[in-house]
Amino acid sequence: MPAIKSLEELKRVREEALQKKQVKAAAGSIQVIVAMGTCGIAAGARETMKSVLNYIETNNLSGVTVTQTGCMGMCEQEPIMQVIVGESPRVVYGKVNAEVAAQIMKQHVQGGQPLKERVLPV
Amino acid sequence: MKITRSMILVSSDPESLRLGAEDLLRNLKEAIEAYNLQDEVTVSTIDVSAIYDVNRANILPMVIVHPDAVVYGPVKPSDGRYLVEEHLYKGRIVNDLLTPPKLLTGQIGWLRGRKGYNPAEQRVVLERAGRIDPESIEEFIAAHGYEALGKVLSEMTPEDVIATVEKSGLQGRGGAGFPTGRKWGFVRGAKGDKKYVVCNADESEPGTFKDRIVLEGDPHQILEAMTIAGYAIGADEGYIYIRGEYGLAYQRLENAILQAKEFGFLGKNIFGKGFDFDIHVHAGAGAYVCGEETALIESLEGKRGEPRSRPPYPVTHGLWNKPTLVNNVETLANIPAILRNGAEWYRSLGTPSSPGTKVYTIMGNVNFSGVIEAPMGITLREVINIYGRGMKPGSVLKLAQTGGSSGSIIPAALQDTPMDFESFRKAGVSLGSGALLICDQHTCIVDLVKVLLQFFRFESCGKCTPCRIGTQRAYETVERISQGLGKLEDLEFLQSLIQEMERVSNCGLGQTAVVPIRDMLKHFRTEVEAHILLGSCPTGVCEFSQEGEKAL
Repeated sequence: MPAIKSLEELKRVREEALQKKQVKAAAGSIQVIVAMGTCGIAAGARETMKSVLNYIETNNLSGVTVTQTGCMGMCEQEPIMQVIVGESPRVVYGKVNAEVAAQIMKQHVQGGQPLKERVLPV
Repeated sequence: MKITRSMILVSSDPESLRLGAEDLLRNLKEAIEAYNLQDEVTVSTIDVSAIYDVNRANILPMVIVHPDAVVYGPVKPSDGRYLVEEHLYKGRIVNDLLTPPKLLTGQIGWLRGRKGYNPAEQRVVLERAGRIDPESIEEFIAAHGYEALGKVLSEMTPEDVIATVEKSGLQGRGGAGFPTGRKWGFVRGAKGDKKYVVCNADESEPGTFKDRIVLEGDPHQILEAMTIAGYAIGADEGYIYIRGEYGLAYQRLENAILQAKEFGFLGKNIFGKGFDFDIHVHAGAGAYVCGEETALIESLEGKRGEPRSRPPYPVTHGLWNKPTLVNNVETLANIPAILRNGAEWYRSLGTPSSPGTKVYTIMGNVNFSGVIEAPMGITLREVINIYGRGMKPGSVLKLAQTGGSSGSIIPAALQDTPMDFESFRKAGVSLGSGALLICDQHTCIVDLVKVLLQFFRFESCGKCTPCRIGTQRAYETVERISQGLGKLEDLEFLQSLIQEMERVSNCGLGQTAVVPIRDMLKHFRTEVEAHILLGSCPTGVCEFSQEGEKAL
């Protein structure tokens, strides 16, 4: 990546990044985001993350991106996991332990049905 | 007391009464009975002149509905029935009657319009935290990252930047509330060939973790802000002094610095405008006193973390005796948004005297603990009832402690004071770093102060005598009271001790260590005296020693 030298260049990089996201979303790709702040990790986000990755591996899923993020302020509900399917709005789940994560992967990511009882109204 | 789902408060100051508050109160009561809500809703009066600047605007008579904390005003007596029907019976907010937010200091009514989990949050500092991947610079750029830096370097002079920050009215968020723009101006004006920007990320107040959320969730924001600050004051090097325990935040900052260098947002010739800036991260070793800016600078220089004598202040003689700007993480995190959206935008948030938002960490006997960001000037009642979702079942608010150990102890009676720097100063309490520890009726004030003093006694660096000996003596005295061995003279001794400590301590540690004692004697004297005179702890928390029981 060459250094950015002007405001226009920065804007271009931003558009590119946004576009990349949109293209992915339009293609129906699925984003799974696990909150990995200190509070999340303390509540067991690493286990959640492992469970998600495991599920993807054992079920040979494709088109799923797994990323991390920081704390969003609801420390009490950690570990928090967000699922964005294609262009639909993000769904935020609270208190996602390894089992719940696997359940969400099965029901929401694979089956397309959000796991209603764990959804946090954001 | 009967517990109801809702409470309506009608303003009862003379001006409201003149405008028909009594009729309004009667109409509200009648309507509540007509809708058969009398068992669910309590109606009472409130003196709003202590909360809102009622002389400034035509907002009387006012009606405040809790726990929603919706503020209506002016409400005509004839509106009473409609208000009850809509808000209490149907559960809809009457937008026409809401007090315009500009006229309020507690701004919750205006923010209620946004639905959601945390209904009234207004995020500036935490805008991206929890939404973007902190280890990906692309995601940061996609969310308007480094735009402010680009704008500053290509379109603004350093003087413009300082003027904008000053105009925005941003005050230091570390606790003292010093105007940030003015501080920047001082460092800019200070003579010196080399200047430094230091970010104070040594967040060691117990119970405060707002800076950690920013550093872990959005590290690039701090790098951007520091680079802007460097440009504004004429510095080419910056240090982030991060608390030693924040291992994850440290890693993410290091990673962010590498990425920023790769993209040319740090290093030489940033944005091709001939401005150089570099940032280093330095981990502290876990001393509370290193959050004090001169002790932080000493520690950064590799010496023992002990505060310096002031003057000279760090703005002229800071790191390596060069002019140094020391800003808190939260203060810096506001900078990019201010420069991107302008000072006017920032002033539209919060109160006229304290613009902007504040990040609070909520914990204690509430149903929901966590981090929120809300405009300056919301009240404690609003924080507890809206963000904290009320007290835990069976709990009644007794006191709240703001700002970690050095903050104030706020009795329940002050829960309607708007939380901004000016209102708090007037009420004789301090906002501190934004930690809110909510305590219920089972908290013993003597026990609480004892724990706080134990912390200060341990953390006093020992450089100056009033703090080193004073915190120890204060702890011993309060401990004696908690064991049932206290005497009334002890209270006088504490009173004179805290006066001396506040007057002659070298730094903020000794000066603020007295605050819990002062608040205890001011607001909870009867409870302390009960320990001494009745030989019992009203809450049953303190365990009296056998000698104490014999002495009575």
